[in-house]
Amino acid sequence: MIPFAGWNLPVEYSGLLAEHKATRQEAGLFDISHMGQIRAQGKATLSCLESILANDPSKLKDGEGHYSFITNEQGGVIDDLLVYRLSPDDFFLVVNASRHTEILQLLKKHETPQVRFSGNPGTAAGMALQGPQAAAILNQVLQGVPIPPRNHIAKFTLFGASILIATTGYTGENGYEIFSDIPTGLKIWSALLEAGKPLGLLPCGLGSRDSLRLEAGLPLNGQDLSPEISPIEAGLGMFVDLNRARPFPGRAILEKQKKSGSPRISIGLQGQPGQPPPRHGYPVYQGHKQIGVITSGVPSPTLGHGIALALVTTPAPACGQDLEFEVRGRRVPAKVSPRRFLPKK
Amino acid sequence: MNTPNDLLYAKSHEWLRLEKDGATVGITDHAQSALSDVVFVELPKTGRKVKAGEVVATVESVKAASDIYAPVAGEITSVNSALPNDPGMINREPYGQGWLFRIQPEQPKPIGLLSNTDYAATLTS
Repeated sequence: MIPFAGWNLPVEYSGLLAEHKATRQEAGLFDISHMGQIRAQGKATLSCLESILANDPSKLKDGEGHYSFITNEQGGVIDDLLVYRLSPDDFFLVVNASRHTEILQLLKKHETPQVRFSGNPGTAAGMALQGPQAAAILNQVLQGVPIPPRNHIAKFTLFGASILIATTGYTGENGYEIFSDIPTGLKIWSALLEAGKPLGLLPCGLGSRDSLRLEAGLPLNGQDLSPEISPIEAGLGMFVDLNRARPFPGRAILEKQKKSGSPRISIGLQGQPGQPPPRHGYPVYQGHKQIGVITSGVPSPTLGHGIALALVTTPAPACGQDLEFEVRGRRVPAKVSPRRFLPKK
Repeated sequence: MNTPNDLLYAKSHEWLRLEKDGATVGITDHAQSALSDVVFVELPKTGRKVKAGEVVATVESVKAASDIYAPVAGEITSVNSALPNDPGMINREPYGQGWLFRIQPEQPKPIGLLSNTDYAATLTS
């Protein structure tokens, strides 16, 4: 167990590699109760969120969700989040544990009688069921009730309680995120583990959550995203919607970066087998010149060599080019690659 | 956790086995378990002279890189050349085939190291 944003979270249950492999080949179950669940309700919810979020929430239909950002006036990322529309005046936001209180306070400043925000830390349970067997396992527990398609969310009744199931995740696998009250969450956790046991499901900790998300090229706030890094620099400009009139914090800067380029850009790096793996904070070199720094790095359990996201100055070297990163005073070769290291499912 | 009684231990979780012609060093069962699956090992160069407490090697799991310290001052006389191809040996046999390097200690009697029971006590406190 390690401290994480005010929570004690398991790094691993049976072993990081076993959990990583189970999620890629069968299924993994992750406790994400630390993630912030915020409900936005009232007649003015949509217009309020439109003036805060970088991706346009008015694009969402009932039951749909998408990835978005809350940016500061400089265009930097305060948090990345998933935004789901339950109905025209009822939205559900899932934010990072480390930003939960800050985001809730920020949102509450926009409260009026027509829009209210609720969801304090520690008041709800969340879990992610991910992997090729996730659908079969969830179907057993839901006993045939149809599950929404990818990037959607729906209300269900389970163990007598109303819960939310979203078809989203943070592993690069197909899967679900399930949100409920805490007592119901405990029952769902046990039911999923029992249904999944014959199919190879393992409970998974923070360790494999990190290696899985990085193989899928998914960013971690606090490393790959920060108030000093814009979504454009992180290579996530497709989730910043500028095809709308409404301003939101940092819009002008993001517009400029999207049009004429950002001073830095996130690239993928692939190391070699038998070489030390890249890690957060290692400098990145092109020849003699340091061009950036690794924001996330890990020895990829699936690929068998190091993979990393690095924030480098532009113009950035193209895919396939040779770079080096520095480990304990020596240079290690790496190739520029797409930021998604595994093929999309 | 397994802590054999024929070894000496550093608080930083290395073990030292004194032999007729030098000493062998590895990491403890507790250390391999805390690291979990080791995927990369960087070993010192043979002939390097080290001080007690100096960083001499690095053991990396998926989640982190961990420094390994010399439990005594001396000269590195050999390294476990099988480890780079099979770093998981450290997890499977931390006191056997998973040894890291051999050292010729400067002093015949090591100072500041713990017995197995004293080391085991540091893990529970």
